[in-house]
Amino acid sequence: MKSMKELNKRDVLLPLCTIAGIALTVVSLWYLQRLLVPKYQRGVVEGSMIEEYYDDEKPHEVIFLGDCEVYENISTVALYRDYGISSYIRGSAQQLTWQSYYLLEDTLRYETPEVVVFNVLALKYGEPQSESYNRMTLDGMEWSMSKWNAIEASMTEDENMIDYIFPFLRYHSRWSELTAADYEHVMDKDPVTINGYYMRTDIMPEAVFPDPTPLVDYTLPETSMEYLERMAELCEQNGIELILIKAPTLYPYWYEQWDDQVRDFADAHNLTYINYIYLRDQIGLDMTVDTYDAGLHLNLTGAEKFADFIGQYLTDSFDLTDYREVPEVARLWEDDILFYDQLRDAQNAELAQYGELRSWGANAIES
Amino acid sequence: MLFTSLPFIVFVAALILVYYAFTPYKERWALLLMASLAFYFFADPRYLIFIGVTALTAYVFAIITEDYNAKRKAYLKANKESFDTDSKKKYKNTTARVTKLLMLLALLINLGILAVTKYTNFVIDTMNSWRTEPLSFVNIIVPMGISFYTFQTVSYSIDICRGTIKAQRNFLKFLLFVSFFPQLVQGPISRYEDLSQTLYEPKKFEFQNVSYGFMRILWGYFKKLVVADRLVIALKTLTESPDEYKGAYVFVVMMLYAAQLYCDFTGGIDITIGIAQMLGITVKENFNLPYFSKNIKEYWNRWHITMGTWFTDYIFYPLSVSPTMLKLSKWSRQHLGNAVGKRVTVYISCFAVWLATGIWHGAAWHFVVWGLMNFVVIMASQELEPVYAKFHGKFHLKEKKGYAIFEIARTFLLMSSLKLFDCYRDVGLTFKMFGSMFYTFNIGKLFNGSLLELGLTSADYEVAAIAIVFIFLVSLYKALIGEDIRVFLYQKYPLFVLVCVVLLVSTLVFGAYGAGFDASQFIYNQF
Repeated sequence: MKSMKELNKRDVLLPLCTIAGIALTVVSLWYLQRLLVPKYQRGVVEGSMIEEYYDDEKPHEVIFLGDCEVYENISTVALYRDYGISSYIRGSAQQLTWQSYYLLEDTLRYETPEVVVFNVLALKYGEPQSESYNRMTLDGMEWSMSKWNAIEASMTEDENMIDYIFPFLRYHSRWSELTAADYEHVMDKDPVTINGYYMRTDIMPEAVFPDPTPLVDYTLPETSMEYLERMAELCEQNGIELILIKAPTLYPYWYEQWDDQVRDFADAHNLTYINYIYLRDQIGLDMTVDTYDAGLHLNLTGAEKFADFIGQYLTDSFDLTDYREVPEVARLWEDDILFYDQLRDAQNAELAQYGELRSWGANAIES
Repeated sequence: MLFTSLPFIVFVAALILVYYAFTPYKERWALLLMASLAFYFFADPRYLIFIGVTALTAYVFAIITEDYNAKRKAYLKANKESFDTDSKKKYKNTTARVTKLLMLLALLINLGILAVTKYTNFVIDTMNSWRTEPLSFVNIIVPMGISFYTFQTVSYSIDICRGTIKAQRNFLKFLLFVSFFPQLVQGPISRYEDLSQTLYEPKKFEFQNVSYGFMRILWGYFKKLVVADRLVIALKTLTESPDEYKGAYVFVVMMLYAAQLYCDFTGGIDITIGIAQMLGITVKENFNLPYFSKNIKEYWNRWHITMGTWFTDYIFYPLSVSPTMLKLSKWSRQHLGNAVGKRVTVYISCFAVWLATGIWHGAAWHFVVWGLMNFVVIMASQELEPVYAKFHGKFHLKEKKGYAIFEIARTFLLMSSLKLFDCYRDVGLTFKMFGSMFYTFNIGKLFNGSLLELGLTSADYEVAAIAIVFIFLVSLYKALIGEDIRVFLYQKYPLFVLVCVVLLVSTLVFGAYGAGFDASQFIYNQF
């Protein structure tokens, strides 16, 4: 051990520079990771949805879980404006049942809602489907055991846990395709939903869908039913009402045999299951004007009608708080309503100008 | 575990940590042995049997040989009065014969394992080409790095027989020499006398060693991931559709493969040497700026050095001075004249070396032909030496700098042409493709965007080109200054650290790894 006097300049320089080098590496990689991961700000925005939840300060008594059949079909603002329901849609593209389960677990780390509404379409998937959809759901989750388990359950054969822990390793090759948006949103991103609702105001009337393909086996996969079971248990343990719904859109096809199995499950577990396909008239949906993509998803008018219908049911069935009467929450909702109205006006203005949306949806995908 | 796989990186990082932080420094060699065996075990537990048998054979025969020699020597010393010159010579000859026999037995077993595992299917394939009823291939595993560790044990057995080294009496220590994991994958082929000097001695943590090793590892990954694994994508496209990519494209293959192979192989060696250096172990250099060579002989003195010297020391020299060759040399001098006679033994020994080099590289005919083509080119250039000398003398070319560059370019092109055998992996096809450069005039295609249809974007080419220029400049520094650039950088330590950060970050960003890229194996893994 050298005494202080014996320490020469180099003895100090070497460790100092090494530490500085490690720090520089960590900071560089941290910045590059933020730069290189996809931002999902235009076009394909679904990858931004899950993370937006963590920025929302409002309490939520109703949580929706599921795929595009929830985040495009139910206006959370309409639910609040018409019924005072404070809700959030934890939806993402092709959200698989186990992902919904772990998102529920994740949500319970922050709050305990009164009602959880789960859309059942994804029950048809019993296996991990695609990396890109996995990423859009999982990357946005904050780190917890729920995220870890969600990743483990969702990974396709070619995926690795390490690529989720360090997304840099997965996205490093994006260096050659970075756009201005990547630099612009390194540190913060613009919201793409209003409490999880993704708005579209354009109209494309419902088309005639192809006849459903007969299946060899109509049994819903064991894995997804298992996670549904776990979801029911988790809700029960936390005193949450679980409601199963099938959104009122006809395609992708929802087979009667599947419907029966979900109904049986709901009966067996004393849960409510509502297939809104059979209630399209009562909702008041006019699919010549209430859809923006030929009937796959609802547009704003459709989503508001559906929200109105489902809101009535929720208000009638549960003792939910009217948050319009809670000033501190109402104030926060006012900001969302403002954004909602601005977004609607902006989309309508673009429709009026071009006859189509250019800053949202497929036309806005950046190359 | 591939060198570029995350488990390998974690494995090495954990080893270095445990090595310096938690292992008494006298026992560090034991930790290295455990790590090496674990490395092999995780690759395939069956490999351990093969490497174990090879190591045990070499170990046992070395001990027997050394003990036998010692006893005979002691007997001779104790009874020197009873021996006259003739009987002493006879006694020594008997000892030498028995020693040689023991060595041959050891070689027979170890080279036999290599031959059976690696070349059985090659022999069957060759036999099938003339048989009407083809023999079926055998399902046999080829242990990772078998060529490398077998050659290490062979040189050990021969050196023991020659009496140039002392046998390692501790089997576990010897097993470490055979199985030392960084060099197990792709060499270099270490000699016992070299590696043993640092492999077993207690090692203390030396900051400079660790820093040098770390930068060397980063440099290896940079070459491998940024250049080699990127270029391999275009190379695959070009060589898998030879009918589509003839003429000028073959020249592109030559250039890309020269860069790819260099970065792949030297990158792997950099990682090997870097890891060893971080562990305080000196492993021999395997490359010395091969693309700066002015002739083929020099090239082979600079490329895969440990393999070249191995073949020279254990095939060329023993063969050249063997009694049969000496007799042949004498006979040919008498009957064919001095000029031809003195060449006969050199030619035969050289032929044997290049035949063995070709076969060592792989169990396929294109490797054999590649080896023999090297032989032809080396012999031709040797024969033409007087003509060159006359030409150089007449025009004073050797004094001109431009001529040196011409010589370097000529050697590079010649060696790159020979490497085409490895690209196309078919002798006939290689000749055909090489020929197409001279009769298919399609150079315009290279400038109409067709290079962007090979799986690489313009950004990929730009990154590869910048990296190659960077690698070239570092090599040029060594060629001009005569020392490793790390020595200069280490003196200016902040710069050293900055270069490490740049290398690490740029490799992570620009490296061709992960989804979208095939994790291509290091080329020399297969040997």
